[in-house]
Amino acid sequence: MKSLDIVGPQLALLVAAGLILVIDALWPKGRRWIPFVALGGTVLAAMYTTSWVARDEYPEWFAGTYVLDRYAVFFQYVFAGIAALVILASIDWVRSARRSESEYYALLLVVTSGLMFLAGARDLITIFVALELSSIPQYVLAGWGKDERSSEAGLKYLLTGAIASAVLLYGMVLLFGYTGTTHLSGIADVLRGLGGDQRPLLVAAMLMVAAGFGFKMAVVPFQMWVPDVYQGAPTPVVAFLSVASKAAGFAVAMRVFFEAFRADFLVDDWSLIFAGLAAASMTLGNVMALVQSDIKRMMGYSSIAQAGNFLVGVAAVSAAGGEFTLGASAVLLFVAAYAFTNLGAFIAVIAISQRIGSDRIADYAGMWRRAPALALALAFCLVSLTGIPPTAGFWAKLYVFNAAVRADLVWLVAIGVLNTAVSAFYYLGIVRQMFLGDAEGKPGLRPAPGAAVALAVAVAGVLVLGILPTPVLSAARDAVEIFARQ
Amino acid sequence: MGVFLAAEPSVPATPEWLLWAVLVVPVVSFAAIALGVRKAPRLAGHLTQGAVLASFALSVVALLDVVAADGGVAIFRHEWFTAGPLSVELGVRLDGLSAVMLVVVTSVSFLVQVYSQGYMAGDPGYGRYYAYMSLFTAAMLGLVLADNLFMLFIFWELVGLASYLLIGFWFHRPSAAAAAKKAFITTRIGDLGLLAAMLLIWTRGGTFAIDEIHELALTGALSGTTITLFGLGIFAGAAGKSAQFPLHVWLPDAMEGPTPVSALIHAATMVAAGVYLVARFFPVFEVSTDARDVVAWLGAVTAIMAATIALVQTDLKRVLAYSTISQLGYMMLALGVLGYVAAVFHLFTHAFFKALLFLGSGSVNHATNTFDMRKMGGLRKAMPVTFWTFLVGSLALAGVFPFAGFWSKDEILRDAWHENRTLWAIGLGAAFLTAFYMFRAIFLTFFGEYRGGEPPAHGHDDDAHGHLIDPAHPHESPLVMTAPLVVLAVMSVVAGVFNMSGVTDGFGRIVSGALPEAEHHAASFEWGIALSSLGVAAAGILVAWAVYHRRVIASSTLRSAFLPIALVLEQKYFMDHLYEGLLVRRLFYGGVCRGFELFDRYVVDGAVNGTGSAVRWAGDRLRMIQTGEAQAYGAAIVGGVVVIVVSVLLANPS
Repeated sequence: MKSLDIVGPQLALLVAAGLILVIDALWPKGRRWIPFVALGGTVLAAMYTTSWVARDEYPEWFAGTYVLDRYAVFFQYVFAGIAALVILASIDWVRSARRSESEYYALLLVVTSGLMFLAGARDLITIFVALELSSIPQYVLAGWGKDERSSEAGLKYLLTGAIASAVLLYGMVLLFGYTGTTHLSGIADVLRGLGGDQRPLLVAAMLMVAAGFGFKMAVVPFQMWVPDVYQGAPTPVVAFLSVASKAAGFAVAMRVFFEAFRADFLVDDWSLIFAGLAAASMTLGNVMALVQSDIKRMMGYSSIAQAGNFLVGVAAVSAAGGEFTLGASAVLLFVAAYAFTNLGAFIAVIAISQRIGSDRIADYAGMWRRAPALALALAFCLVSLTGIPPTAGFWAKLYVFNAAVRADLVWLVAIGVLNTAVSAFYYLGIVRQMFLGDAEGKPGLRPAPGAAVALAVAVAGVLVLGILPTPVLSAARDAVEIFARQ
Repeated sequence: MGVFLAAEPSVPATPEWLLWAVLVVPVVSFAAIALGVRKAPRLAGHLTQGAVLASFALSVVALLDVVAADGGVAIFRHEWFTAGPLSVELGVRLDGLSAVMLVVVTSVSFLVQVYSQGYMAGDPGYGRYYAYMSLFTAAMLGLVLADNLFMLFIFWELVGLASYLLIGFWFHRPSAAAAAKKAFITTRIGDLGLLAAMLLIWTRGGTFAIDEIHELALTGALSGTTITLFGLGIFAGAAGKSAQFPLHVWLPDAMEGPTPVSALIHAATMVAAGVYLVARFFPVFEVSTDARDVVAWLGAVTAIMAATIALVQTDLKRVLAYSTISQLGYMMLALGVLGYVAAVFHLFTHAFFKALLFLGSGSVNHATNTFDMRKMGGLRKAMPVTFWTFLVGSLALAGVFPFAGFWSKDEILRDAWHENRTLWAIGLGAAFLTAFYMFRAIFLTFFGEYRGGEPPAHGHDDDAHGHLIDPAHPHESPLVMTAPLVVLAVMSVVAGVFNMSGVTDGFGRIVSGALPEAEHHAASFEWGIALSSLGVAAAGILVAWAVYHRRVIASSTLRSAFLPIALVLEQKYFMDHLYEGLLVRRLFYGGVCRGFELFDRYVVDGAVNGTGSAVRWAGDRLRMIQTGEAQAYGAAIVGGVVVIVVSVLLANPS
């Protein structure tokens, strides 16, 4: 049983998903408990993870193809937390959507378990399977809404996702061809022995792998699907994939690049590639976000820009310097901060747009008068997204930029700081609309209880991380120890 | 010039809780109002005033402690958190500079708030107003007390936020909302410099603590280039907040806020922050000649440029606004010519007379319902208290003996004389212009025939006073408004005594204690410089009298004689046109944003249906999937991979 013990958190989620389907089929009266079963699944998963942390044991599974190390644990908490918040925020929304509730929650739990597998996978095949396990239900979720826009979003997400998976697979095949193994540390050993003359095809392989993960992270130029899917898919689903899917993309990408591609002659290449992608993502995302009038589309471009900020941390490795993992730890902090912040913003958007029936930014005018608490919470999250203290987003940005400065990427930091200034325009533009705009006697509105609780938790997370980032930061630093160079 | 060697300063006896209390009390009042007291506006007002008065009392105690310790420094520092290479501390610092600033900020803020009871009476946002005022004051106090750059930056941004809220207080007026935005964005540009300076000092010096940065600068532990870059970054932040050329454009527009807010911004809080910042890091500028020259010359340019624009303004508040810019330029000039004491002293005296002048202009507005000097005149008789106090403020600003401004301005000019004669001449020219435009304002506002004011608007929109104003019969303002004027007028007369050159130098000694080197050069009085500055002030007043009172030459004749110059001045050297029209509208929106938008519309969408439909989510989108938009997206992924691989290999072929 030891072997199943390792994947206990995932099993907890899958059991909850199965239970939900059973309840739906056999016990119609119990359907109203479905969201709470789902919530219970996430809590149980987090508790299971905690039990491993308490045991202070970090075992491997199936000849090292899957591990439960501190890095995986960090992300397990992140994914469980995101899923719990999204479930809470969805209760009212899903009920009013008049589609099969059980499907929604079961799929969400399956995705979450897939993401947890992804964070612990150390073998190309495991990675690919985990990626698909998490992706396919997401395509379905994106098309879960009743209107055509949702179907279109689901289909587009599926098609582009399939292409990205194909590219990733080509990259993996190339790697396998070179090294004869699919295990990450095995690949690293073989690559270290290879000379620079093998570089051109290796760069191509690396980039194909990066493209597959880049699709999940939503970075330029693999971001084309983002605005359409964000606008069309159901908002709670968008909230989920904007944080969880993105975080998983970074989790697996960092493991692959820091572990398999750690040879010096490769680190310089991929550091440069990611730096370039970071600059492009930040700039394109922010400038495009500036001209949007639909809040979900704007959040889509904003998430591209934020992915660029994450990438700054990934790029901040210096092959020569001693602080090989500083950037990686900064990314982990950013993941946690961004999870709270973006979820908070999205939950507020869900609560508001569901009540006013519109996603137009102009319709947020005067929201301060109609729903003071909601407006304040949304404003706080937007301030955090901009990166202004005392919020989680501030520390995240500070650490990422700090890592970049130490890795001699001052030009990238300069671009990042300029982009921060640009992003302030549209983030704070919404704040301005809400606080200074005219509501013209429109009625007040209240969020559903579940959404209110989720929002309060998210905002509290942003604030606590903003004042005391130390615990999360030290967890992040411990988590990336596995990448350290001996 | 005698060198005064202070008796070894000791550590002030002030307990730590007192310093934190200075900061926390207004924060508590802000929180209380925000959480509910707002609904009882009068209580909100009293709460804020009480809080600031308490802060003021504590600040005075702190200042007295510093005086007793002969300018010693007390630092209380706590570790906030450490994580690997980053360690951030939370601390307060009490020394001559911060103690003086604390007293100035709390005293002016208190008087402004008393005055606001009359000025803002009946405004529907009365409670909100006081909440913002508490926040503004608290932020400024935190900025002054901060013992490290990091904490200072947090409060620096809070000051920016509070000023945004206050300038846009009457947000239903588009002009007010626009002004608030302009102030926020313009100062943010300067803040990028400050942020860069922070990153630089942290990566190179590994610290944010003010005293350690002083050490780094003075011991030469960092390269000259680093120090210069750091100094320039600091100055960029200061130039944004203190409205130095070329970032001065926001300050005149900030007049859209309620007049007491302008008084606070111009005297004690927002703009003082910039000068304070440069003074705080003065050792850096002592070491770096290049950074110092930039400060001095931009200060001089600002001083003269703003003074010339003030000549042609017809709005009383705008005259004062440009005058503030000009005086801030003066302070920067002083810092740039090593006149640390002179700059801080001028900041100190200026706070009183500029607050006085703004509150005076508010009082005039209260009676006439306008700030347009062409609609005023003859108010001397109707508003005696306002007139006399305004006159005192103007004399102080013009630098007439023995008012406070004379002593501080004289000291700046003397420091400039010894450092650089050109800068001295520019300063002297600005002094002439200052005397001229202030007395132009006095003659237009208070002398001659009353020109009727502005009839009250029916919409109850303009400076929304709740009670009736009868501009046809102007009257003196109520006691809550005139009493602060009188107090400030007294300060404008006597504030000079703390540092009369050659007579007293207590101020200089205390303030110098904030610098690492303990020695203080007591200023000596120099007759030539004093007489020349008095001479130009008298000349300025005389010319204003001749043109605007005796009307020896009609001002319109003067204008047509110098028409091209007048036009340039009236358009404020076309700076607003340059920023708004060319940079923002043409280049940014017209160029960058439009470019990306076109790309999205015609290349991304257009690749599919060739026409580039602007409607993004119409029902026929479903058809578009089948025609292959998703293919375009997929092609971008594959194409992206190819392009990047090729470019990486081309860029680094080895």
